[in-house]
Amino acid sequence: MSGLSVAGLSFRYGARAALEDVSLEVAEGAFCALLGPNGAGKSTLFALLTRLLVAPRGRIAVAGVDLARAPTAALARIGVVFQQPTLDLDLTVRQNLRYFAGLHGLSGRAAEARIVAALDRLGMAERAGEKVRALNGGHRRRTEIARALVHRPSVLLLDEPTVGLDAASRAALVEHVHRLCAEEGLTVLWATHLTDEVRPGDRLVILHRGRVLRDGIAGEIAAGRPLTAVFLELTGAEA
Amino acid sequence: MRAALVALRVIVAREALRFLGQRGRFLAALVRPLVWLLVFAAGFRAALGLSITPPYQTYITYETYIVPGLCGMILLFNGMQSSLSLVYDREMGSMRLLLTAPQPRWWLLFCKLMAGAVISILQACAFLAIAWLYGIRMPWAGYLWALPALFVAALMLGALGLALSSFIRQLENFAGVMNFVIFPMFFLSSALYPLWKMKEAGRLLHDICAANPFTHAVELIRFALYAEANLPALGWTLAATAAFLALALRGYDPARGLVRRREGG
Repeated sequence: MSGLSVAGLSFRYGARAALEDVSLEVAEGAFCALLGPNGAGKSTLFALLTRLLVAPRGRIAVAGVDLARAPTAALARIGVVFQQPTLDLDLTVRQNLRYFAGLHGLSGRAAEARIVAALDRLGMAERAGEKVRALNGGHRRRTEIARALVHRPSVLLLDEPTVGLDAASRAALVEHVHRLCAEEGLTVLWATHLTDEVRPGDRLVILHRGRVLRDGIAGEIAAGRPLTAVFLELTGAEA
Repeated sequence: MRAALVALRVIVAREALRFLGQRGRFLAALVRPLVWLLVFAAGFRAALGLSITPPYQTYITYETYIVPGLCGMILLFNGMQSSLSLVYDREMGSMRLLLTAPQPRWWLLFCKLMAGAVISILQACAFLAIAWLYGIRMPWAGYLWALPALFVAALMLGALGLALSSFIRQLENFAGVMNFVIFPMFFLSSALYPLWKMKEAGRLLHDICAANPFTHAVELIRFALYAEANLPALGWTLAATAAFLALALRGYDPARGLVRRREGG
């Protein structure tokens, strides 16, 4: 399995269970939407996938590398876009990406070439010299995605990346990431609570109260009904 | 190894870029000790008599006495400022970016510490240059010796800030910690008055000052400015650095650390 593999993951904040026995497999080059209402455990799962937290039980493998046994090698294969913006507003787009490239051990011409390529891929090349503060929300998000691709990861994790964006920017971002999946063979885990970001052909995992409720192809889970109705029914019944 | 050094370089460069972008912070860092030097010291010159104690070979003015302590003050405030920026980074999310980099976590925290130390030393050097212009001059060799001493002291105070930042959840809580850490550390030290003077005020006060790691950091700088080594002070400062670092690493341990307490959905 060279995509993303999560097996038997559980995590508690004190007495409160945030994740219970969560397992999912995302094949290499697949787009997987992780759909769940607020408080479902999506951000906790992302914190565990990026080793901000360590789970007492369960196993995570990134592109075949065990996160617990070889954290550095596993993290090198991950690109992350966090729910919270993590750009330095007073630095330029290029400076932000250069900083990130350096954290991944890239410097000099190699880093510059990758920065240019990543920005180009997201249509942000002309903005490279601008301060992030001057960018709108959509462009900031694109910058973050470009940054997450600089080190050429195998797996891209996006935690509710469209929060705060207008409809057009959201649609454009969803399109961009699907294209990255199709054209570059990137494995994507896209956390969201918005059903309109999920396409019928996407792999879909519905998470609610720390448990996986459904895992399959979005179109098959919806079974001809609107996905929103199915999602509300599933999570509403559990609420 | 090369990747680790590249990470160190970019973390220091980012801190420097941010620092240069905040001119107000640089000015504030300089004005604070200068006010002490030019106003406070001038006023207290007559009130505070000083005897000849090492490293001084002769009578010195009070202004001369407090210069090492004011260097320590710059490092102390800057160490706390760096930890404040760590709490800010954590609230703003950029700490996540750092901690998810493919480097050992201890190394990433050490890089942060080094970056803070470099900024601190730059400020202390600027202060020493102004003191020199004001007429408080050390032997030239002293300025060279002072660099490693300032570095060790800055690491110790940065490590303290790092440890504190790992236990502080929100920016709002930080002000209280500043009051409970910065002021006692500074005033209960040899920065403004020599330890023997403290003894006159009370044995307990003297003992607290003697145990304060900041006293040892100041003494390390004081001796270094006269091109002399103060090995006990160096030992104390290094031991305090190790203790604070151990606390910080514990605080930032992913299996038990800060994100656990803050994570929501």
